[in-house]
Amino acid sequence: MSDFNPKIVAFVCNWCTYAGADLTGTSRMKYSPQVSIIRFPCTGRIDFMLLLKAFANGADGIIVSGCHPNDCHYSSGNFHARRRWIIFRGLLDFLGIDVHRVQFSWVSAAEGAKWAQLVNETAEHIRGLGPFTGYQRLRGLGVG
Amino acid sequence: METETRSINHEALSKLISQWRSEGKQVLAPKKNGDKVDFAWVTSLAEVSLDQVQTVQSPKSAVFPRVEELFAFHSRDGQVVINERDLAALPGTVIFGLRPCDAAAFAALAAIFTWDSPDSLFSARLAKTVVVGLSCPRADEYCFCTSVGGGPGAATGSDILLTDLGHGAYLVEIVSAKGRQMVQAAPGLFQPSVVKEKETFLAQVDRAFDLDKIAPALVALFDEPAFWAEQSRRCLGCGACAYGGPTCACFDIQDEGGVSGKRLRCWDSCGFGLFTLHTSGHNPRPLQSQRWRQRLMHKFAYMPERQQVIGCVGCGRCSRACPVDMNILEHLRAIAEAKP
Amino acid sequence: MDALQNKAAELLVAKTVQVVIGYGRGSGGAARAVFIREASKAHSLIFDGTCRQNLAVYLMKPEVRQLGKAALVATPHALRTILQLAAENQVADGGLLVLAVPASGDEIVPLATFAAIEAHGAALDNDMSAAEKAELQKFSAMGLEQRRQFWEEQFSRCLKCYACRAACPLCYCTRCTVECNQPQWIPVPAHDLGNLEWNVMRAMHLAGRCVDCGDCSRACPVGIPLHLLNRKLAGDVFAAFHFRSGMAAKVDNAMSTFKPNDPEDFIR
Repeated sequence: MSDFNPKIVAFVCNWCTYAGADLTGTSRMKYSPQVSIIRFPCTGRIDFMLLLKAFANGADGIIVSGCHPNDCHYSSGNFHARRRWIIFRGLLDFLGIDVHRVQFSWVSAAEGAKWAQLVNETAEHIRGLGPFTGYQRLRGLGVG
Repeated sequence: METETRSINHEALSKLISQWRSEGKQVLAPKKNGDKVDFAWVTSLAEVSLDQVQTVQSPKSAVFPRVEELFAFHSRDGQVVINERDLAALPGTVIFGLRPCDAAAFAALAAIFTWDSPDSLFSARLAKTVVVGLSCPRADEYCFCTSVGGGPGAATGSDILLTDLGHGAYLVEIVSAKGRQMVQAAPGLFQPSVVKEKETFLAQVDRAFDLDKIAPALVALFDEPAFWAEQSRRCLGCGACAYGGPTCACFDIQDEGGVSGKRLRCWDSCGFGLFTLHTSGHNPRPLQSQRWRQRLMHKFAYMPERQQVIGCVGCGRCSRACPVDMNILEHLRAIAEAKP
Repeated sequence: MDALQNKAAELLVAKTVQVVIGYGRGSGGAARAVFIREASKAHSLIFDGTCRQNLAVYLMKPEVRQLGKAALVATPHALRTILQLAAENQVADGGLLVLAVPASGDEIVPLATFAAIEAHGAALDNDMSAAEKAELQKFSAMGLEQRRQFWEEQFSRCLKCYACRAACPLCYCTRCTVECNQPQWIPVPAHDLGNLEWNVMRAMHLAGRCVDCGDCSRACPVGIPLHLLNRKLAGDVFAAFHFRSGMAAKVDNAMSTFKPNDPEDFIR
């Protein structure tokens, strides 16, 4: 498994986690290159279907991260997102999709170190889980 | 001309299926799934269910799959490159244990798919399909094959038609050249037939309406919105009827991928609200009553007029599958008796 | 049953309503929806154990709405549906006469306002039954991989006929998300991946709204136990947010609101 480099997609909010990731970089902290960051105005904008689309397109793991509760740039976007994630995780697990492949987090603009740690630990965790072939093989099934 | 007949027993049928499989053919047959029976790919006779009146879906997926790739595409040097399907690589298929109504439906599908623009994918699949029908010892209240030119023992559309004679024995009628080829390829499995007459083994399906009355009645009722509204009021506008029906051929085309990808064809339903929505925003059939009317007109007026074939074989699947009991037989009787 | 037929006839004669939406006898002895507009046809109304379809689905159909004010023969699930539709501003207070029929079928309880429906509904048992809980428990006990295989097999048979969507009274969007094609968010073709995405979408869009009537599963022509997805999420919504749909005409939907202290043990 050590040869396997997981593809991780990170859905992050612009105001907190993206800025936090910037800080990681400007602080010259190294972190795993496995992650591709996608910037959203707010975690509230993250459609749950995007996570499944990421898996279908080859992601082995996903990070979803935004502002801490009460710190949302739009006041309540992250609260709505949190509710959505609670229910979505339950659905994924019910369907047999490993929720441990999705890491949710609050990372503020000041938490550059946390971002690095989050990405590194998630990358290692996904490396241990292996490629998400179980989901990716759905592509092409049922096409005559 | 008298049909050539043979007989075959249950054990030999089992060997026949194994032989088809060993020849690289795929076998589509009715299979139990919980309390429903539906067509599925099988590898042995043991998986096949033959005692139901009818299956949930038709075997049309053998020639008109639920989803099929029309071609693949990618970009090279600024040009789009199309990778056509290799029709020769399509697997041979045997549909085993379908009813005479389902066998008759292929003519309706062929009339559509080879009408103005011959569909090479459909035609290739049909050419590679052998139809082994099984006549009906039982029917239910939803069946009306005899009202649309069919019957529980009708051979039209089958390459071989089996009739269950009881005690594990089947009468084999060789209907076509394909059927003869199949029998000749397995000489040891077929015996001379003893029973020549199959009527006593068939269901009794009385004619429910006079087909000749239907098309003119539909035309006369076309501008009676109240009639269609009344019939269709409980219709929910789903695709259960269209997808289950063996003669329903409406499809959508979708490209998946981006710069490279596939063009797919998939089933569509005239019952869907947006089926006829134009890009302009105009919808010529905005009401469910208009969509319901079109379903019946298409099957019983337009197809007979344009393609000289009835677009319905009386299998009754749409009625059985409908979540709100839109019983097409009931509606056809009402149409035949209506006074516009 | 006589009480129901008499009541319907009385309502139509008095022009209190223009249509009585109820159940009649259909093919194979099953019940089906009927729309009685003349008192003389009221005798075809039935109510027994076969009457399970959630008739509230017809309250959202323009072809039925244009008939005028309706009386609806309502099962407990339909009652909850009407309140949920009210909460979503889809039906007007006093615009519908509900004829609640208890299991015995002999007594009709007319409910003309949302307050009346709420009071009637509150007295009913809205909890998941022991059998329903046990069924979901079975899934927990299965383990991740077995669940994955189960649903993969189920969704491989999905036709995308949308009978589940059509049968659900709460799937009333005239332009459903599956019909948006810029981009085509949910694939149209019924391949395995698209079927999974559709069923996830349907479950999530009904989370906190579904009243667990089971019509989705009954409508599915290929017998996928769709209601389990909805029931699972309804249970999760109740456990996490203490919210149950269809209990009041004025609510903030569970998935449209939040509490500052919603659980977040899974968030790092």
